[in-house]
Amino acid sequence: MLTAIIFLPLLGALLIMTQSDERTIWNSAFIFSLIPLGISFYMLWQFDVHSSHYQFVEQYPWIPSFGISYHLGVDGISLFLVLLTTILISISLLYSGGGDIEERAGEFCFFMLVLETGLLGALLSVDLFLFYVFWEVMLIPMYFLIGIFGHGERIYAALKFVVFTMVGSLLMLVAILYLVFSAREHLGHITFDLPMLYGLPFTQTEARWLFAAFALAFAIKVPMWPVHTWLPDAHTNAPTAGSVILAGVMLKMGTYGFLRFAIPLFPEVAVEAIPLFMALAVIGIIYGAALAMMQPDMKRLVAYSSVSHLGFVMLGLFAFNIQGFDGAIYQMLNHGISTGALFFLVGMLYLRRHTREISEFGGLWKSVPILAAIFMVVMLSSIGLPGLNGFIGEFQIMLGGYLRIKLATVFAVTGVILGALYMLWLYERVMFGPITKAVNETIADLSAREIVSMVPLVALMFFMGLYPKPLLDRIEPSALNLLSRVHVAEARLEQRRHPTALASATSNLTATQVAAAAVK
Amino acid sequence: MTPINFASLNMIWLPVLPLAVVALAAMAVLLIGVRVDDEESEGLGFLTLAALVIAFVLALGIIGQSGIAFAGAIAIDGFAAFFELSILIAAALTVLMSLDYAGQYRLPGAEYYSLLLFSVLGMMLMATANDLIVIFIGLETMSISVYVLAGMLRRDPRSNEASIKYFLLGAFSTGFLLYGIALVYAATGTIKLIAIHAALTSDMAGNPLLLLGLGLMLIGFGFKVAAAPFHMWTPDVYEGAPTPITAFMAVGVKIAAFAGFVRVFMVQLAPVSEHWTIVLWGLAALTMTVGNVLAIVQTNIKRMLAYSAIAHAGYILVAMTAGGTDAGGAILYYLLGYAFTNLGIFAIVVALERGGSANDEIADYRGLASRHPMMAAAMALFMLSLTGVPPLVGFVGKFYLFSAAVHRGFVGLAVIGMLTSAASAYYYLSVIVAMYMQEGGAVEERPARPGIVAAIAIAAIATVLIGVYPQPYMNAAENAFASALSPDESHATAMMP
Repeated sequence: MLTAIIFLPLLGALLIMTQSDERTIWNSAFIFSLIPLGISFYMLWQFDVHSSHYQFVEQYPWIPSFGISYHLGVDGISLFLVLLTTILISISLLYSGGGDIEERAGEFCFFMLVLETGLLGALLSVDLFLFYVFWEVMLIPMYFLIGIFGHGERIYAALKFVVFTMVGSLLMLVAILYLVFSAREHLGHITFDLPMLYGLPFTQTEARWLFAAFALAFAIKVPMWPVHTWLPDAHTNAPTAGSVILAGVMLKMGTYGFLRFAIPLFPEVAVEAIPLFMALAVIGIIYGAALAMMQPDMKRLVAYSSVSHLGFVMLGLFAFNIQGFDGAIYQMLNHGISTGALFFLVGMLYLRRHTREISEFGGLWKSVPILAAIFMVVMLSSIGLPGLNGFIGEFQIMLGGYLRIKLATVFAVTGVILGALYMLWLYERVMFGPITKAVNETIADLSAREIVSMVPLVALMFFMGLYPKPLLDRIEPSALNLLSRVHVAEARLEQRRHPTALASATSNLTATQVAAAAVK
Repeated sequence: MTPINFASLNMIWLPVLPLAVVALAAMAVLLIGVRVDDEESEGLGFLTLAALVIAFVLALGIIGQSGIAFAGAIAIDGFAAFFELSILIAAALTVLMSLDYAGQYRLPGAEYYSLLLFSVLGMMLMATANDLIVIFIGLETMSISVYVLAGMLRRDPRSNEASIKYFLLGAFSTGFLLYGIALVYAATGTIKLIAIHAALTSDMAGNPLLLLGLGLMLIGFGFKVAAAPFHMWTPDVYEGAPTPITAFMAVGVKIAAFAGFVRVFMVQLAPVSEHWTIVLWGLAALTMTVGNVLAIVQTNIKRMLAYSAIAHAGYILVAMTAGGTDAGGAILYYLLGYAFTNLGIFAIVVALERGGSANDEIADYRGLASRHPMMAAAMALFMLSLTGVPPLVGFVGKFYLFSAAVHRGFVGLAVIGMLTSAASAYYYLSVIVAMYMQEGGAVEERPARPGIVAAIAIAAIATVLIGVYPQPYMNAAENAFASALSPDESHATAMMP
C-alpha cells in the first residue's frame, strides 16, 4: 500500500508526458493526485492507534551487498505529514489549473507529481539510503518548479535553493557512510536499516561530528537561523503552488529529519545541544517575526513568518518532553495548513493585481468579501487564536519549553506577540480602510474553484483547533517511544557527570583515577 | 547469454580473439575504405559497428576466467573482460554518433573508422596487459591514433591546435611513463607485473630507484586520465577535436588509462601503497577542486565537459587512494556509468551541431526544451546523473566510490569530494537552466538521425537502469577486480604457451 502511495504519482507523471491537451493534463494530474490522497485516508482509517511501531511495513532487499533494503513504514510521526502532503498536492493542482499556470501545463503537472513521489518517499522510508534517495529526488522537481514557473529572480532563487540544500545533504551522506561503516564494527554486518542503527555506542567525538553533519542538513531545510537565507528568495520567486508545497511540506522535512534521524541516532549529543538549539530557535522566532514586520511584499512577509514559526517547532523538539514533542509535531501540521493557505491567498491577490506590494492594496474587504473572510480565518489560525489549530500546537510547545528552559519560553512568547502584530497589521493594511487605488474596487472575488481549494484547509483549521484528540492520540505513542530514547541518553549523561559511588565501583576506573577522585 | 564453447579453439589465442577481431576489422576498413567517397562513409561505420559487436560477444567469454598467457604478458581475467566490454560499449556508441557526423564534415571515412578501431585495439591491450611493456604498447597504439583523430577536421584551426597540443604534451608524458618503467625495471629486474609484485613483498620497499620510477609512472598515467596538475591539455583538446572524438577521448581514453593505472597501482603495487597513497590523496583533492571550480566559469559546453571529466577523474582517484576490493569494484562500476552518461551528453552535442557552426556554447541550448522536448529531457537526465542525483547511475557510483573512502578512513577526502561536487551542481544545472528556463538560442537544428537517437536512447536507459538496479553491475565490477587481485596460478600455467 505504501508503495502505491509513493509511486502512483510518478506513474501519473509519466502518463501525463504522453498527453498534449492542456485540459486533459490538468484533469488527469488532479485525478492522479486524488488516488494517493484516497489511499492515505484509508491508511489513516486502518492505522493502529495504540502502536508505536512502524505499520504497513514493506521490506525487500535492494542492494544486498551494502545491506540496503527497500524498507517502508509509517508511524505516528509520519502519518499526518503524509496526509498533509497528499492534501496539499491535490489542492495545489486544483488551484493551479484555474489560471495560475498558463503555459507548459504538462511540465508543471509532471514536476508536481514527481515532487509528491519524492516527499512521500522521504516520509515513508525506514532505510537511510532509501531516505537519502528520496530526499534528493524531491529537490529536483522543486528546482524546476521555481526555475520555470517562478517570477522575478527565479533562476537565481532556484540555484541558491539547490546549492544550499545540496551542501548540507552531501555532508550528511558522508556522515551516513561513516555511521554505517562504524555500525558494521558493532553489528558484524553492514546495514542501512534505521532501527538497527539506533543506540550504537559511539565515542563522544564521533557522535558530535555525525550529529553536526545530520543537523546541518536538516537545519538548512527547516530553515534555522543562520542558514535560512535561501528561503525568502525561493519563496518569493516560486509560483504559488511551489511556495505552498515548499512551506507546507518541504520545510517539515527538516524538522522531520531531526525527529526521525538526528535525535534518535545521537540522543546524547542532542541532549547536550539543547541550549544551542533552543537559542537558535528563539533567535529564529524573533528574527523571523521582526523581519516579517518590515516587509513591503506580502509573500516575503509570509516567508519570514515561516522562519519564525519553524523556530517554534524546533523549540518544542528540543524541549525533549512529551508536551514539546506533541506540540512540535502538531505545529508542523498547523504551519503546513495555515501557511499553505496564506500562500494560496497571496497568490490569488497576485493573480488579480500582478503585484504583492502591501501598499498597493487597502480596503479589499468591500470589494472581495469572501476572500477577506477566508483570509481572516487563516490569519487568525496563523497567529494562534484559541479555537483554531495554531493555538493547540503553540500552547503545548510553550508548555514544553517552559518545563525545559524557562528563559527560552519567555523570549519565545515575545515572538507570539510579534506574530500577532505583523499579521494583524498586514490584514489591516490590505483589507481595512478606504480603497486607495481605483483598480481595487473592481477586482473579482473568489471563483468557485478557488473557494473549493480553500474550504478543506479552513475546515481543517477548525477541526484541528476544536478537536485535536484523534490526531494527538495517534501521534503520542510514537512520540513517547522516541522520547524514551532521549531519556535513556539523558540518564546516561547524568551518570557520566555525577558518577555515584556504585557506578564508579562497577565501572572500570583505574586505581589512579580513583585516587585522584579521592584527593578531590 | 549462454557461455560460448571455446574448448575447440586453441587456448592460446582465446584471450586475444576480441583484440584480433578489432585489429583485422581496422585493416579491412582501411582497405575497403579507399574506394569509398568521404560523404558516403556510413557503410564503413556499420562495418566498424559489426566488428565491435563481434568483439563484444567474444569478450563476454573471458568473464569468469582467471589466468595469464603469452608468458605472463597478458592477463586473462574478469578485470580485462570488464574493461574491454566497457571500452567496446564506448566505441560502439561513438560510432553511432559518428555515422552522420563523418559524412556531414566530409571526414575521410577509411582513416576515421580504422584509426578509431586501432585506438580501441590499444585500449583493449591496456586493459588486458600484465606487463609494463604491453601497457606501454597499448598506450601508444591508442594515443597515436587519437592524436590523428583529434586533428581530423583539417580546415578547422581549433582542431589542428588540439591535435598538435595533444601530441606534444602526450609524447612528453609518454616519456615520463617510459622512464618510470625503465627505473622500475632497474630496481626490480623485471617488467612483468606479477614478478614486480613478488619482488616488492621482499625488501624492495624503500628502494629509491623504485620510488622514483613509481613517481614517473604516476605522472604518465596522471596525464592520460587528466588528473590535476597534468590536466592542462584537456580543455583545448576537447574543444577542438571533432565532437564524437571528444566523446571517445573523454570516455574511452579515460577508461583505458584507468585500466592500466588501476592494474599497476592498486593491484600489483599494493604492497608499497604507503609510499604512493599520500601522493594520490593530494592528486585526488587537487583534481576534484580544479575540475569543479574551473568548470563553473566555462561558457562552451565542450570545455565545461572537459573540466567535468577532470573532476570525475578526481572522484575515481579518491577510491584509488582508499584501495581495497570495494574501492576497485567502485572504480569499475563508476567508469561504466560514467561512460554511458557522458556518451549520452556528447551524442546530444553532436546532434545539435550544424555544418559550419559548432553550436556548442551553453547559450546555444536556450529554449531547447520547447524545440526538442525529448532531447532536452535526456540532457537533463544526464546532467543530473553527473551532478549525482539519485537514483541515477552517477549518484550510485559516487556513493560507491566515497563509501570505499569512508570505509578506509579517508573521511577528509570524502568531505572535500562532496563539497566540490556540491559546487558542480552549479555548472551542470546551468545547462538545464538554459534549456528549460531561458528563451531563444540557436534555431533550426538538423533533424536528429537514427544513429544518434539510438545512442542517446541507449545511454539514457543505461543511466537509469544501472542506477536503479545496481546490484548485478556492482557484483560484476567487484568480481572483476577481485579476479585481478588473485590470479589462479594453476590455470595460468596451463595456458602458458
